[in-house]
Amino acid sequence: MPRIKSPAELEAFRKAILAKRDDKKPCITLCSGSACHATGSEKVADAILAELESHGLKDQVDIRRTGCHGFCEQGPIVVVYPEGISYLKVKPEDVCEIVSHTFKEKKLVERLLYVDPNTGDKSSHEHDIPFYKNQQRLILGLNTKIDPKSLEDYLAVGGYQAMAKALLQMTPEEVIGEVKGAKLRGRGGAGFPSGTKWEFARNAPGDQKYVVVNCDEGDPGAYMDRSLMEGNPFTVLEGLLIGAYAIGASEGYIYVRQEYPLAVDNLTVAIKKAEEHGFLGKNILGSGFDFTVKVHRGAGAFICGEETSLLQSLEGKPGEPKPRPPFPAVRGLWGKPTNINNVETWANIPVIINKGADYFSSIGTESSKGTKIFSLVGKVNNTGLVEVPMGMPLRDIIFKIGGGVPNGKKFKAVQTGGPSGGCIPEEYLDVKVDFDELMKMGAMMGSGGMIVMDEDTCLVDIARYFLEFLSDESCGKCVPCREGIRQMLKVMTAITQGKGKEGDIELLENMAMATQGAALCALGKTAPNPVLSTLKYFRHEYEAHIKEKRCPALSCKELIAFHIDPAKCKGCGSCLRKCPATAIEGGKKTIHVIDQEKCTKCGTCIEACPAAFHAISKLSGVPVPEPPPQSARAIA
Amino acid sequence: MSEIVLQIDGKEVKAQEGMTIVEAANTVGIHIPTLCHHEKLEPYGACRICTVEAESNGRKTLVAGCLYPVENGMVVQTSTEKLYAIRKVLVEQMMAHAPDAPQLIELAKEYGADKDRFDKDPSFCILCGLCVRYCAEVKKKNAIGYMDRGPRREISFIPEVAAKECWDCKECFPLCPTSALQAAYVLTEALLPAQPEEEGGCSCSASGCCGG
Repeated sequence: MPRIKSPAELEAFRKAILAKRDDKKPCITLCSGSACHATGSEKVADAILAELESHGLKDQVDIRRTGCHGFCEQGPIVVVYPEGISYLKVKPEDVCEIVSHTFKEKKLVERLLYVDPNTGDKSSHEHDIPFYKNQQRLILGLNTKIDPKSLEDYLAVGGYQAMAKALLQMTPEEVIGEVKGAKLRGRGGAGFPSGTKWEFARNAPGDQKYVVVNCDEGDPGAYMDRSLMEGNPFTVLEGLLIGAYAIGASEGYIYVRQEYPLAVDNLTVAIKKAEEHGFLGKNILGSGFDFTVKVHRGAGAFICGEETSLLQSLEGKPGEPKPRPPFPAVRGLWGKPTNINNVETWANIPVIINKGADYFSSIGTESSKGTKIFSLVGKVNNTGLVEVPMGMPLRDIIFKIGGGVPNGKKFKAVQTGGPSGGCIPEEYLDVKVDFDELMKMGAMMGSGGMIVMDEDTCLVDIARYFLEFLSDESCGKCVPCREGIRQMLKVMTAITQGKGKEGDIELLENMAMATQGAALCALGKTAPNPVLSTLKYFRHEYEAHIKEKRCPALSCKELIAFHIDPAKCKGCGSCLRKCPATAIEGGKKTIHVIDQEKCTKCGTCIEACPAAFHAISKLSGVPVPEPPPQSARAIA
Repeated sequence: MSEIVLQIDGKEVKAQEGMTIVEAANTVGIHIPTLCHHEKLEPYGACRICTVEAESNGRKTLVAGCLYPVENGMVVQTSTEKLYAIRKVLVEQMMAHAPDAPQLIELAKEYGADKDRFDKDPSFCILCGLCVRYCAEVKKKNAIGYMDRGPRREISFIPEVAAKECWDCKECFPLCPTSALQAAYVLTEALLPAQPEEEGGCSCSASGCCGG
């Protein structure tokens, strides 16, 4: 493929691609992101190929393997074009029916359609499914339309138009002005205005400058950056290139976690194709602008998401944070001015340049513009990636899009912002999600993790879990982080084990204050958030653990006991057979009894007890009733 | 180097651009406590005991005095109630490792710290890194380094380097703020021949591996 040397050639190339495409030609797309890969999209793909071949349809139907569609709960997802019919949870054995019904007879395969669990209504198209209907997929939307390994696909949907516009019609200052006007805030966590950050790097003295993509996503349960990088690496590259032009950088680095092999693969292909077509390298589109990109694979340390640590890691040193100032914008990679943004921030840039600052800033709230991708996980019906305009109330995200809490359980809290975020209780569900509102709640936007918790979750234990994660992931350089988290974790562990003492809450608050105030980097400064936010909204649970040795959510193993209600036990033996610790004693037509000494509190017995009997329950904070004497245990 | 003017604890201070808050404070006799700071070494910012409150451009933040460069018009507080409270906790947390270290006992007196507030951890190291940095920056030998991360972080001599370089140096020993013997101990451990596996050692030669 010859290099494309001007915007006119780019346009001609795009037209040639579009001319070869027929909108009416049947096309079958299959979601092939990491999540769907795990649920078997590979086998489905093989089945589709084989099936089309056996029907002699191979040349009449296109197949496109796309990135993540977001509705990971229901994957693998197959969408049949031109109609746009959406089939969910597709298995290889379903493919035969899809091909024979949908392609040959133009009929729907009813059983693969989305069924609303509340109304029973079926939806045949993605845009009718409530999960998608309430989203605004400005960034993620392209994932469903392109094969991440196909530059042609990206060009067909308008790719590299923003690059052409920025390089040839705008000055670097105008590009920065547009990003500032759009009021884009960094999607990596702190929400610093991106345009201002770019301006710092542009104005910093020095000929050699760098731009960096931060694709080191370490929050448990979050995979926004991964899906974008896997599903649409071209758009991240395009955003990066525009930023490099604006800042005056000629080299870029993409720092990707080692755990994201598919992202690295797709990115490597995208870079190669961009190089071949002249979208990277010397004199891009004849503009005189040169830019090259390298991929760096990080070993997967949470702290390397912090920008100064990431730069250290890029330089081949241990990933430990450095004090700021000097900021990377002034002295970054190898001492040169450097601008780092995360994947989602870069992906927003082509949208801003194409559609303009006014369009972008018309979406969202006063202080937070545009859309935000959230990773909605935990105790929620529709888990997956959700992109909504800033300012959507938490309630709408969790209940309208997420479909609420499964199994009729009660919503308890939502944790936003990753391990160093905070837990928000039900009474504040109407808070509008933006950078500042979440901060006011004692939580934060972070990179967009959202973990929903139901009534069975112990918030003290959740805070302990996040502290444990942060303790492991702390680099250990500074005392308030290393020692502070370690000591807080000790106290929290003792509380969840029923060994909490009077004064522990005050001690936690005292340590949290010191760590928050004195830690070197954002990991340490925000590490007390899980404790502080749960103390703020769920203090009574801490008190119950400490004073009454009771876990209100019946979750902390050391504080609960399992008990068989003698009046309800039918002596069926289900629990006895399943108990892995042989802690249950009983016999035919005999009331069963749990030996508390042997019981490991795994909960298998509760699951095994037939719902009709419902004889086993968890107890906390009360003594386990004495079992009936042997003589009274026979069931009549 | 241009001269700038700032205020520390209400005193007007003339300082040179590029100075840190600790350096500027020293010029007017205001003492900010430090543990991991050494004038021969690059600022590091690990112990955070020098945390002060700095206000510039209307923003008040807590910063490490040994690292933070002075700015014109900056207003610094070095001994507020909040700073005392923070230093007290930090000293207590460090004393969980080194309850008898003279410098920590001094600081404990000043900030009312209780050496027994936290569970003791049998390591006398507070990971100030003076030994590591001195060996790297001044001696340029890199005979000692950090191992692991987070609460498992520790210092360790590299046996191959230490066996050659450490015999007639030992300049890191007296730098240690918690126990002059800490470095000696870790060094001795590194120089011992690797124990055979059946005696509890492991077959690899690296110090710190398997805790050996």
